[in-house]
Amino acid sequence: MKNQRPETGGFFQRDRAWQPPALTPLYKTSVVRSPQKAPIAFPHTPSEITGPTFGHGILGALDNDLTLNHARSGESAIGPRIIVYGRVLDENARPVPNVLVEFWQANAGGRYRHKKDGYLAPLDPNFGGCGRTITDEDGNYSFRTIMPGAYPWPNGINDWRPAHIHFSVFGHGFVQRLITQMYFEGDPMIWKCPIVGTIPDRRAIEGLIAALDMEATVPMDARAYKFDIVLRGRRSTLFENRMEGN
Amino acid sequence: MAQDLNRLKESASQTAGPYVHIGLTPNFCGIEGIFPDDLGASLVSDQTKGERISVVIRVFDGTGSVLKDALVETWQADAEGLYNSPSETRGAADPAFSGWGRFPSDMESGEIRFETIKPGPVPFPGGRMMAPHINLWIVARGINLGLATRLYFGDEEAANAEDPVLARIEHRNRVPTLIASRDGDIYTFDIHLQGEMETVFFDI
Repeated sequence: MKNQRPETGGFFQRDRAWQPPALTPLYKTSVVRSPQKAPIAFPHTPSEITGPTFGHGILGALDNDLTLNHARSGESAIGPRIIVYGRVLDENARPVPNVLVEFWQANAGGRYRHKKDGYLAPLDPNFGGCGRTITDEDGNYSFRTIMPGAYPWPNGINDWRPAHIHFSVFGHGFVQRLITQMYFEGDPMIWKCPIVGTIPDRRAIEGLIAALDMEATVPMDARAYKFDIVLRGRRSTLFENRMEGN
Repeated sequence: MAQDLNRLKESASQTAGPYVHIGLTPNFCGIEGIFPDDLGASLVSDQTKGERISVVIRVFDGTGSVLKDALVETWQADAEGLYNSPSETRGAADPAFSGWGRFPSDMESGEIRFETIKPGPVPFPGGRMMAPHINLWIVARGINLGLATRLYFGDEEAANAEDPVLARIEHRNRVPTLIASRDGDIYTFDIHLQGEMETVFFDI
């Protein structure tokens, strides 16, 4: 590990015109779960600037392989085999190393392994639906999985989620914490989805669509999709007043 | 035209959805054998320094119904007010306390209950001390961007009265929404996403 001074600057202000607002009536569940009063700002303190860390020691050998990590011996999950890879970057376009990335998804038929999911599509006994990894020194991550299916959900009478993978990402400060969803290049369902539609700016939506990357495929095995994730940037502390003891 | 700053935009947030447990607490929702434990399920061990406390959190929607599908992450300093993080510059935190927890609402009662230690005070920029607090991050179906708030302690009246973050709340009748009430060793904290008792959330 490189011997670098830890970064301790505050983070850039979150662009709330870029992020989805709390109240998005076309996504009905948001209506009674959205705060109506303005959130209150204050300068970042150690409570915001610091964040938890996770060591590579927590990772099991199959944590980043959803095709195998819930499969019986000698078997694997059903569905189109894919590799998802990319980098975790910050708004300064610098890599964010050594951060935990977690992912979860429906199976190839669009069914989740969850007691609240009653969709007709069957469970795949060889597919659990979760995985995790930690970014390397250059912010890279990758995992293997199967392409999840689209599925209907109770919002309008005929709303469908596009195929997607949920991502949870830690940064180096707790206010960089982010949960989002990755979509797949070329999927016409993306533009019909009320949850995607909570994001006001088309460019922000396009930033959640992974690109098919034939050069990163494993021939005769799996296609690859590239998905970079951007966390909030951090101000340089070069010109800031040093706090006592710093 | 001026030079390009070459900055990127933060990835847009999307709701954690109803099946957040699959990814973040798989053992809790019955997916066993992939990860040995759910991360953040316990905060304290025998070695952790500080006063043991219990915290009970419930999250309510605008109709007054308790959420049974929320997930709350907690981040707090150790008993001396130090964070267990590489970005902590003031000293070394208690190695027996990570400071981070992750708790799903009970699927029947909606209740979250965990054991921790009471954190020490942490400085605000400029050096004034903040009252002891636990930072909370709340996600759930219907929440498009994770919500940040803080839990302060009802028996820290003097410190709370001097707290520079609480002092920023213009509408003073909203300050109590951030203060957990103490009964024995148990602190109870109700989060209201909406309505007359709407909790103060932070734009941080």
